[in-house]
Amino acid sequence: MNNKNYTIKALTGAEAAAEAMRQIAPDVVPLYPITPQTQIVEVYSQFAADGIVDSELVRCESEHSVMSVAIGAAAAGARVMTATSSQGLVYMFEPIFIASALRVPIVMNLVNRSLAGPINIHCDHADGMAVRDSGWIQIYSETAQEAYENTLMAIRIAEHPDVQLPMMVCQDGFITSHSLVNVNIYNDDDVKVFVGNHNPKDTLLNSESPISFGTLDFYDYFFEHKKQNFDAMENARRVIREIQDEFSYISGKKYGFVEKYHTDDAEHVVIAMSSACGILKGAVDELRKQGKKVGLLKIMLFRPFPEFEVAQALKNARSVIVLERVSGNGAYSPLYNEISAALYHYQNKPKMVNYVFGLGGRNFGHKDALNIFAEFDKLDSEFLDQNNKLRYYGVRE
Amino acid sequence: MALKNKSEISVGARADGGSTLEFNTGSWRALRPNIELSKCIHCMLCFLYCPDNAVKIIKFSDKQGGNPEVIGIDLKHCKGCSICSSVCPVKCITMEKETDALKRDAEKR
Repeated sequence: MNNKNYTIKALTGAEAAAEAMRQIAPDVVPLYPITPQTQIVEVYSQFAADGIVDSELVRCESEHSVMSVAIGAAAAGARVMTATSSQGLVYMFEPIFIASALRVPIVMNLVNRSLAGPINIHCDHADGMAVRDSGWIQIYSETAQEAYENTLMAIRIAEHPDVQLPMMVCQDGFITSHSLVNVNIYNDDDVKVFVGNHNPKDTLLNSESPISFGTLDFYDYFFEHKKQNFDAMENARRVIREIQDEFSYISGKKYGFVEKYHTDDAEHVVIAMSSACGILKGAVDELRKQGKKVGLLKIMLFRPFPEFEVAQALKNARSVIVLERVSGNGAYSPLYNEISAALYHYQNKPKMVNYVFGLGGRNFGHKDALNIFAEFDKLDSEFLDQNNKLRYYGVRE
Repeated sequence: MALKNKSEISVGARADGGSTLEFNTGSWRALRPNIELSKCIHCMLCFLYCPDNAVKIIKFSDKQGGNPEVIGIDLKHCKGCSICSSVCPVKCITMEKETDALKRDAEKR
């Protein structure tokens, strides 16, 4: 008898996200292909064509329309999911903000890809970071497994009555989205029970109590409605924790907003997001064998930002490198800014530098990870000023 | 009217049905529709096309043998878009400059 509650499937990150969508089987999926996300909607379209899911697929003429259809369908009370990348995300920039303002719980897989120009299809986090303040919850996945699990949890988080916000589940373009790995796909029945039904209270199609969406909101009420959104984002912290705990019953894993990899006694900590964390863990393992007190802090939740969890994880660190796949372009990178803010009010702050790496999909391998950790040897004796806190790894000067 | 607090208003800036009635959007109008009811055939095209639901009707009119009857325009909400005038098959709705119409109203008084 096989009493495992999952099946191991060989899937890419994109296919894993599509697999989560299959199990959720949303009512409406508006879609438009864009590399490297295309595989998600392609696989999902196949599910629909094969009659495995009965979602209404809306093949739009642009991403602006995709998000507009998503908002309309969600306002009508449907469970809506879609996926995008890079230029597609910035093409839907306008309705992205409207989705969160209208409090429609759309779940979108974002396969991170650099923003043109110069035009490039490979991974960095410029797209996700461009919409970090759009009022969407953002979670970043290291692996295909995480992308799959985060997508399942996202639908519950987004639709929670205390949240009602759209949510982006991010994974790294190509590195995660196109690499074939083993993914544990939980039994459909278990997932179905976990995901449940979507029964929103106020919808456009409820003729018993008619309402309007997208109404004019001036200086008399705009600020109050915005504050409701900010409150909902704060509520999300509690709700995400609850949903993660609930999902633990299926997966047997423990989740959090951040992943602490040997950080408790670490003197030197690298902070990173998404796929690079896998590489960095390998380097931590190797250096730990040599007796070096190094660790990795993986940031999973980016909005709402887990300020408290980050500060707690860094309380014993002497120096920190924030390694980020996006540049602040005239300022530090977004993650470095968040972490600086998180630590500002504490007495014992670690020394901290900002490294920008891997733009446009530049490879980051085991040797690169070791090189990053080697920087700590110099860092302790260095005086940090404005000229050397922002650094670039792997660029030919 | 006292303004409501954050906790007293709908999330997502959703408005209850019928709230448009509270706003006098007719003041935006640059052109006013004048309807000549004696020519009207009560086909309801203007009623269906009006984006502001500003064509006034009687749903079950005895005069029209139980069918609906157009009785005029709700000038408090009509924005003067001219759609009614252009869809009217018997051309019984004509658009007039609102300034002229206001002058006419003042003279009448």
